[in-house]
Amino acid sequence: MKISIKREDSYVEYDVLSSDVTLLEVLNEIKSKVDATLAYSSGCRSSVCGSCAVRVNGKEVLACSYKAEDGDIVEPLLNTPLERDLVVNMDKAYSFNAKAKAWQSTIVQNVKLTDEDEKRNALQSDCIMCGSCYSACPVYATNSDFLGPFSLTRVWRYVSDKREQNPKDKIDNIQVNGVWDCTLCNACTLVCPQDISSKADIEKLRARSVMFGYNDPSFASFGGGFGFDGTPSF
Amino acid sequence: MRDRVVVVGAGGAGLVAALSAHESGAKVSVITKEYPTRSQTCMAQGGINAALSNVDEDSTELHIQNTLKSAHSLADEEAVKLLCNSAPDAIAWLDSIGVPFSRTEDGKIAQRKLGGASATRACYAQDYTGLKILHTLYDRCVASGIEFLNERYLLDFITDESANKKSVCGVSVLNKRSGEVELIQSCSVIVATGGYSRVFHNYSTNSVSSSGDGIAAALRAGAVASDLEFIQFHPTALKGSSILISESARGLGGYLLNTKGERFVNELAPRDEVSRAIHDEILKGENIFLDIRHLGSELIEKELPQEAKLAKLYENIDPALELIPIKPVAHYTMGGIDVNNRSSTSVEGLFAVGECANHRVHGANRLGGNSLLELVVFGKIAGESAAKFAKESTLEIDIQERIKIVQANLQQIKSYTNEINFYEKHSELGEIFYKKVGIKRDKKSLLSTLDSVREMKQNLKKMGVSDKEKKYNTNLIEFLEFKNMLFLSELILLSAIQRDESRGAHFRVDAQESVKAFEAHTIIDRDGVISYEN
Repeated sequence: MKISIKREDSYVEYDVLSSDVTLLEVLNEIKSKVDATLAYSSGCRSSVCGSCAVRVNGKEVLACSYKAEDGDIVEPLLNTPLERDLVVNMDKAYSFNAKAKAWQSTIVQNVKLTDEDEKRNALQSDCIMCGSCYSACPVYATNSDFLGPFSLTRVWRYVSDKREQNPKDKIDNIQVNGVWDCTLCNACTLVCPQDISSKADIEKLRARSVMFGYNDPSFASFGGGFGFDGTPSF
Repeated sequence: MRDRVVVVGAGGAGLVAALSAHESGAKVSVITKEYPTRSQTCMAQGGINAALSNVDEDSTELHIQNTLKSAHSLADEEAVKLLCNSAPDAIAWLDSIGVPFSRTEDGKIAQRKLGGASATRACYAQDYTGLKILHTLYDRCVASGIEFLNERYLLDFITDESANKKSVCGVSVLNKRSGEVELIQSCSVIVATGGYSRVFHNYSTNSVSSSGDGIAAALRAGAVASDLEFIQFHPTALKGSSILISESARGLGGYLLNTKGERFVNELAPRDEVSRAIHDEILKGENIFLDIRHLGSELIEKELPQEAKLAKLYENIDPALELIPIKPVAHYTMGGIDVNNRSSTSVEGLFAVGECANHRVHGANRLGGNSLLELVVFGKIAGESAAKFAKESTLEIDIQERIKIVQANLQQIKSYTNEINFYEKHSELGEIFYKKVGIKRDKKSLLSTLDSVREMKQNLKKMGVSDKEKKYNTNLIEFLEFKNMLFLSELILLSAIQRDESRGAHFRVDAQESVKAFEAHTIIDRDGVISYEN
């Protein structure tokens, strides 16, 4: 099986013996037997640590959960500084969590949650911060201040939780370079290895924003603006 | 800098310790060789134990009894009491910061049964318990403004010796991105770097990062380790890939079957017993399977979604319809840096917590659901201890001049000849460890493995790196990890050879009974000198 890996400015083709294995196993074979200079990240091998996101044939995947195929072209994630080969610098993507205040505002004791309450953000709290969504996001590609998919999903994860005592503060904080900048193109959803839809979470955050009196600024610019009714967001 | 606490490792233990030290007034920096949230903790699936009686009748007393029983007289009773008594508060704290635990129908935190537990005790969040706890802890750290230094690989703890007292005064790291050595000054350092199961290479459920770096560095700095020979094998890893299938699959009623389709062990016995039973069947020529078909696809989807996904990806099977082929592999290392109940090592100002430490609560065999608990309970204590130490310390030593020594050491390693491929040697090490230092051991094979390990150690200078780049040289990092693992391998073997008995996870075919004289912790230093301590 032959696969090509983008290394700095050129593509290097490797002929590997493995077949019917994950891309990560192929990378491990190259690293340990063929070319120890290849740089990539990995960790758990079971799709929960978020270390090994790369692009294969233009689409973001976790190397540990993608079965490699002959002719695959492997590249690093987009929209983030390259460290070396397939390794990118995730500091900025991580920093959006702080900017978006993606945490529970206060420590609260004894708030009773039902099974239904827990289900409300069970999926969002599966996020592994692999960065695939930032790589696929066309808005983030042009506006590097956009809070971006995983941090907005994280905001929804806390806003939708009964333990959050100050949801308005969370909503106030995501109005600029936040929920209204998203074009709802759904690219993030299509690449998420955990089947999370940041696009859907952003829509829920928009509805919640409207409940707190915010309007879509792009509508507002049409002179006077016209509000729309916020529907309950869950 | 006064009041500064440096935490090395950003898994669950490191993050709890960081939060705790921060709350105790320290200025905290967390160093990680990856990013926070990528640690081993995210792989913990089963749950976190606390006697809450949310599902059936339970008591802290029973939790203590079960833990002590599984530890085979090798746990410190005081430490176990502290662990179990603190468990309900630990869960309440995790709940208060927003951990999305699964819930019962009447709105309580859901619990499930794990092996060796007399009641339904493990709180969980689907099969993502560790992931959700870890990420919530991280969010809390970000909210608290704790500093993270990402992608720094731990080289050594820098110490100072005066008045017959060895004290830590900083940490040397390799910045993976720049390839430069950096020194971080602090007289109060918490080691939270995880276990050493990757000694078993691919025969481990663990992340590739579980290379025992912190334990090796602490030993080099003069701390001692204990109980390194006690390594837990998880009964159910996928046969081909060693990917973990959670114990909760058996907790929900999953069976273990041999090729004939017969059950051969109580599936919910402690892990050491189940792993040995599987091992014996495999030696008889049987293939072993986990059967969860009778649970039904709906329950599997609700409670074990991750397991279903991984079985499909790695074994090409649908566990709702087919048997899951499994084997036991190295999963958790009970041994580690020896610490007291305040998480102090024998080096002043150096604390340790989590899997890299031995708080003597797991003894010879850890109970499922107790490791997440340990990192919360002792993480808090380690953070408090380190913050208090930082506040009271008067140690002011400029460590910057030490950088030359660290750089020279690294330069020397880079100049090794690379005639022998260390990746092959690591794979070889994993093979022999699995066969000879695994579920069942005997003195003769342990001794022959010791020879092999010593030979590899002697040949280290013929190994080394082919990548000469400075920037993001993972070849170099992986070689340094391998060096640490080899160093620990020798100490594991020496500990296992000298313990002429069987106890929990240490099963000696040539000495199958437990011996009263060995009801003691194996204490070992960097030179392999062993003593025993009750």
